[in-house]
Amino acid sequence: MSRFWKWFWWIVIGGPIAVFAVWAVADNTRLFFVTLLNGLTLASLYFIVAAGFTLVFGLMRNVNLAHGSLYLLGGYLGYVVAEHTGWWLPALAVGFVAAAIVGLAMQVSIFRFMQGEDLRQTMVTIGLSIVIADILLWVFGGMVHQLSPPAWLDGPLRGLPVINAYSTYRLALLPLGIAIGVLLWLFLNRTRVGMLIRAGVDDRAMLSASGVNVNLVFAITFAIGAGLAGFGGVVGAVELSMVPGEDVRLLLASLVVVIVGGMGSVVGAAIGAAILGVAETFGLAYAPTYSVVFTFVILVLVLAFRPRGILGRPA
Amino acid sequence: MSAAQWRKAMNTGAATQAWPRQRRVATATVATAPAPSPYAGSDAPAWLEWLWERVAARHVFVLAFLVIYPLLATPFFTFQIGAQSLALGLIALSLTFLGGYGGMISLAQMTVAGIAGYMVAIFGVSGTAEISLGWPWWVVVPLAIVIAVVCATFIGWLSVRTEGIYTIMITLAIGVAFHYLALQNYSVFNGFQGLQKVYAPTVLGVNWGEPLPFYYLALFWSLAGYFLVKYLIRTPFGIALQGIRDNPRRMNALGFNVTAHRVAAYAVAGLIAAVGGVLFVWYNALITPGSVGTYWLINILIIAVLGGMRHPIGPFLGAIVFVLVQNFAIDVFARERFNLVIGGVFLAIVLFSPDGLLGLWARLRARFENADARSRISTQRPASRA
Repeated sequence: MSRFWKWFWWIVIGGPIAVFAVWAVADNTRLFFVTLLNGLTLASLYFIVAAGFTLVFGLMRNVNLAHGSLYLLGGYLGYVVAEHTGWWLPALAVGFVAAAIVGLAMQVSIFRFMQGEDLRQTMVTIGLSIVIADILLWVFGGMVHQLSPPAWLDGPLRGLPVINAYSTYRLALLPLGIAIGVLLWLFLNRTRVGMLIRAGVDDRAMLSASGVNVNLVFAITFAIGAGLAGFGGVVGAVELSMVPGEDVRLLLASLVVVIVGGMGSVVGAAIGAAILGVAETFGLAYAPTYSVVFTFVILVLVLAFRPRGILGRPA
Repeated sequence: MSAAQWRKAMNTGAATQAWPRQRRVATATVATAPAPSPYAGSDAPAWLEWLWERVAARHVFVLAFLVIYPLLATPFFTFQIGAQSLALGLIALSLTFLGGYGGMISLAQMTVAGIAGYMVAIFGVSGTAEISLGWPWWVVVPLAIVIAVVCATFIGWLSVRTEGIYTIMITLAIGVAFHYLALQNYSVFNGFQGLQKVYAPTVLGVNWGEPLPFYYLALFWSLAGYFLVKYLIRTPFGIALQGIRDNPRRMNALGFNVTAHRVAAYAVAGLIAAVGGVLFVWYNALITPGSVGTYWLINILIIAVLGGMRHPIGPFLGAIVFVLVQNFAIDVFARERFNLVIGGVFLAIVLFSPDGLLGLWARLRARFENADARSRISTQRPASRA
């Protein structure tokens, strides 16, 4: 793309957004910044969930449509633990570990036997998501479960500039998401296992040929990816509450995030999550009826100009 | 181009390598009746010979059964089981056409059907007078179908830019987006409630919403869709589409416009789904965001996979099983556990018989057939494919 077109698209897409931002700040500064914070914190949750999704996809080309169910599973189990022990941090750990174990079981018992059969794997995950969602509905019922945040994150944080007060827990999501992103980046780029995973993303067969147990790498990746969904479930259980149907919502969010950001890329997931989270909350705040349409328009625009997502590489 | 990319390019067809083997088994059902034609050399009309070549006894039996079925069954079985299976089967047929012959699994087929249904309710008559325009059916139905086909083409244009599993994700995202749009918009889609009291019109003195006429209406359009697909897969377009399914890169090298063929396949599938959607909205007499929610998007996939995607009869078989389970699982299990039952059945089918009931049937047949028959089939195969 020539420099002219690059500038052209920046102006065509960025111009209206900038105009809107200036208008919104002038119109109601507090609303604008609260919405922005809401968007970024929601993006943080989306990132945690979608990072696992994109990790699994990047290595195994396996679209795990049961990812939303793992999110819900982690959330419910975290809820049970938090209710019984009264602690939130063990709940986080249990959510992560439980989803990781289920993910590991899925990889070891099913996906190992259908490598390369993308469509079949995808359909199996659809079947699994139906079954898991129904079992969860059976066990936990249809009512809304809400986890209360730990005492040290409860209540509003006062004395902030411009917006005065903001939920401490929500604000804490932002550093949490960033921390997980950084940890994931360090894990993928600075450890041996991360190196193997990246090598597997690039060329699975060659990695196997050089004497690495690819199945083990797959299992680890799947466990981490699934675990992140469960972790996100516990984090989201406080903010969004757990109810049947949330799994589909988070699955859709993960899908859009990785489609927009580019599949298999953690940085892409961060970008996609930021775009989706901010667009969704701004849509809800400024044009409630059409908030979903914004998501859709973003999807269409990205697909029209970058079919593999913003940071997507040709497979 | 790196070595990995080369290998991937060469192996694009690897995932579908099981298909030719399966198709050979499937053609067994076509090729096992080598009776000599009594019309050879006679001066009988050409259509009689054509019929003799193509119609087997089981075709006649199935058709006759379908026609007299409502006379044998109670209105409940005619309407709830028969007509619903046909309408759902027709929508799933569009997915079979896309997935089985085009290699594109679209989860947005119910969305296309739902768009047609919504258009029928919006332009025609419904319980919500402030939204429905109340136009006559002969304007509304073609208009609804045209709009749905345009939407399907647009969905296709968006999703063919991606391949394989990406298509599932993008069509799922589109489908869920439409669901939320219908859920949140009150000025056109009437939000959560949707549009109620959308009845089939009374034409030629027949109320087509009654169980018996509606059954025949659904049967007619299902047969039309079935034969349309049967016909299309033998046309140059259909053959090229199947070539693109098996190896898009080679077809592209041969000079076929891969994208255009795929988008056209989406349009055709959209047409079938739209007709099914009109039938389905008349069957339910209402359309709500729930009818285009994830639950139904995935149900259509379940129906298509359950029946098998190798032959256009598959989705109708799948729909019959699905509707029967839906109606009678209550008696065996608790009603709320329907999802568990159908999800489990779906999982079992995907895990153990990727070609659905048709694949199961073909496998059983192959097991009982002797080696002689099998060798005969393999020699006949080129002829049967031509």
